[in-house]
Amino acid sequence: MRLLARRNRSVALTRSGTHVSVVATGGAAKRHPEFDKPGDKFMRKTGLLTTAALALVLTAGQAAADGEVRVLNWQGYGTDEAWAVADFEAATGYTVVHDYFNSEQEMLTKLRTSPGAYDVVLINSAFTGQAAEEGLIVAIDPSTITNFDDLAPGLRDAADLSYDGEIYGVAWTWGLTSIAYDTTEVEPGNTIEILWDPAYAGRVGLRDDSVENVAFAALATGQDMNNPHDLDAIREKLRALKPQVRTYWASEDEWNKEFTADSFDVSTYWSGSALRSATAFDMPVGFMIPKEGAIAWLDGLSIATDAPNPEGAAMFIDYMVSPEHYVRWDTEVGAPASASTAAMNQLPEDAFNRAVMGDPEATANLQFMAPLSDEQRETFLEIWTETKVYFAE
Amino acid sequence: MRVETRRRWAITGLTGPAYLWLTVTIFLPLSAMLYFSFQMKGPFGKHTSEFTLKHYDAFFTKDYLQALTWRSLEMGFHTTALCLIIGFPAAYILAKRIKGRWREALFLLVVLPFWSNALVRIFSWTIVLRPDGFLDRAVHLVLPGVPPIDLTDSYAAIIIGLTHSYLPYMILTCYLSLQAIDDSLIEAARSMGARAHTIFWRIILPLSIPGLAAGTVLIFVPVIGSFFEPKLLGGTQGAMIGTVIEEQFTVVSNWPLGGALSFILLAIILLILGVSSPFLRQHMKSS
Repeated sequence: MRLLARRNRSVALTRSGTHVSVVATGGAAKRHPEFDKPGDKFMRKTGLLTTAALALVLTAGQAAADGEVRVLNWQGYGTDEAWAVADFEAATGYTVVHDYFNSEQEMLTKLRTSPGAYDVVLINSAFTGQAAEEGLIVAIDPSTITNFDDLAPGLRDAADLSYDGEIYGVAWTWGLTSIAYDTTEVEPGNTIEILWDPAYAGRVGLRDDSVENVAFAALATGQDMNNPHDLDAIREKLRALKPQVRTYWASEDEWNKEFTADSFDVSTYWSGSALRSATAFDMPVGFMIPKEGAIAWLDGLSIATDAPNPEGAAMFIDYMVSPEHYVRWDTEVGAPASASTAAMNQLPEDAFNRAVMGDPEATANLQFMAPLSDEQRETFLEIWTETKVYFAE
Repeated sequence: MRVETRRRWAITGLTGPAYLWLTVTIFLPLSAMLYFSFQMKGPFGKHTSEFTLKHYDAFFTKDYLQALTWRSLEMGFHTTALCLIIGFPAAYILAKRIKGRWREALFLLVVLPFWSNALVRIFSWTIVLRPDGFLDRAVHLVLPGVPPIDLTDSYAAIIIGLTHSYLPYMILTCYLSLQAIDDSLIEAARSMGARAHTIFWRIILPLSIPGLAAGTVLIFVPVIGSFFEPKLLGGTQGAMIGTVIEEQFTVVSNWPLGGALSFILLAIILLILGVSSPFLRQHMKSS
């Protein structure tokens, strides 16, 4: 849910996409001679074939090849990278059109109020079940996703991505909401208590998000963040942050802005965004995974109900989960961890996503965000709002 | 008779579209929101309609909602007072002291902020108010010894941002009232020996009350419900009833509670206007 708000980057057809087109050329060459050029180039360059199956999909999709694939996602989250869109368009002949949301609720509202307006939609796994139950998305046939078997089984078969025994979301990326710090000011240690450390009084940033902050307090008090039993302990733990907190942040842009303005030294943050701040913007940002655990999230790609172009949507998703897209996304832009084992294994050994996110010890205590009921959500918001009023007094 | 009828038709024809427009754009959405504020659940998902008062009840049973409302009212009072203190003299000078081209130029400067996006204005303030920002540097240029000035993430920053955003309303409404005051009234008073402060208290202020009242209402009402200015400028001080209402719609999709809080806020505003209107009416009449 919230965490996903990391606006990472989006997907597109990258090399693999192009590649795919190469494979497809055999069948589709007559109709789409323009496939040949980029295809040949990439064939020579990378020499890797995604799969023949995609070629079939491509061929099957030719009838609608001059259509659009309409994608609903966070802005700057992998699907809308210019190179990715260009590669996918070159490979398939589809035009990629993006629309964006700023919260999961906004995404759900858009799906509810504009049926038929979107093909592919990014949904956090905590919301996939709800979207499926409301009939906003359709079941996906895994055979249309050629890279499906490369996905890590634990993520691919996550219960939250299924509904009624069918797959409604293709596991795409996962990541953490944990703690980032200024490497020039902070010796992080390995505990979540750094947020409560008086050494950082008035130097802590929090995301203005009820679920996330309740989850941090739950981790700090040794509770299950998806179903905390002792809400009073959470209230108290949050209130104890009063002397610590300097400001709230809402988006990656805002986090970077506040960090650059030296508003805080320690702040909750998203793993993919921290990586981007450090690599793409050269900021002295470190990221720690406390021994008490961290909040993990999993994003899936789904196909909207009444999608005008379901074939294109499947091709787009297939491209998005391909190692070709992921490796370029992570190395050039910075991405969350991929759900694809094949993609993770193609990263350089010292890559953050392979070194930190792939470290079994650091990730042993992760708690994945589960769907929350409306009542839980409202309770958490109430606790957080009360806390904010206390902070403001 | 026929003239009467024709006139009635003309009035209907001329005002009808405006009322239709108001009905469609204001009355219908408001009615829908009023309806949902009495429902258990919002408009989405599968559930049956179920009447409840619990969202209104929440306001009276949850202290933090009242505390937030009080904070927002305070914010409204402070912003409106600052706009009055700055705006009225500015309007007076524009209306009575400056003539010709200069007046037009100054007017343009007053209205200029209106032409920029509200978010841009607020973000600009974060640059001005932060340590090593414009304000900090300017002060240190004059007084090198003082400690660094950091107004970001504070209540003062919210009031500064809101005052800047809403000041033009006060200047424009006061200007209209002040400009309508006949200069010969002031001259007559002066010729009969009235001093400057007598002229101000007995003539200028009473005659400009309609403008002051209009400006006050135009500023006070939206400021109480403002949400992004406190959020962006206030840091931990930014918790207001407006931000909580916004979160009900955008974070938890709890339209009923958001709607109920909005209508309670509306009721409070109407109450304040209702209490103050006899006083205002009296003043306007006596003047």
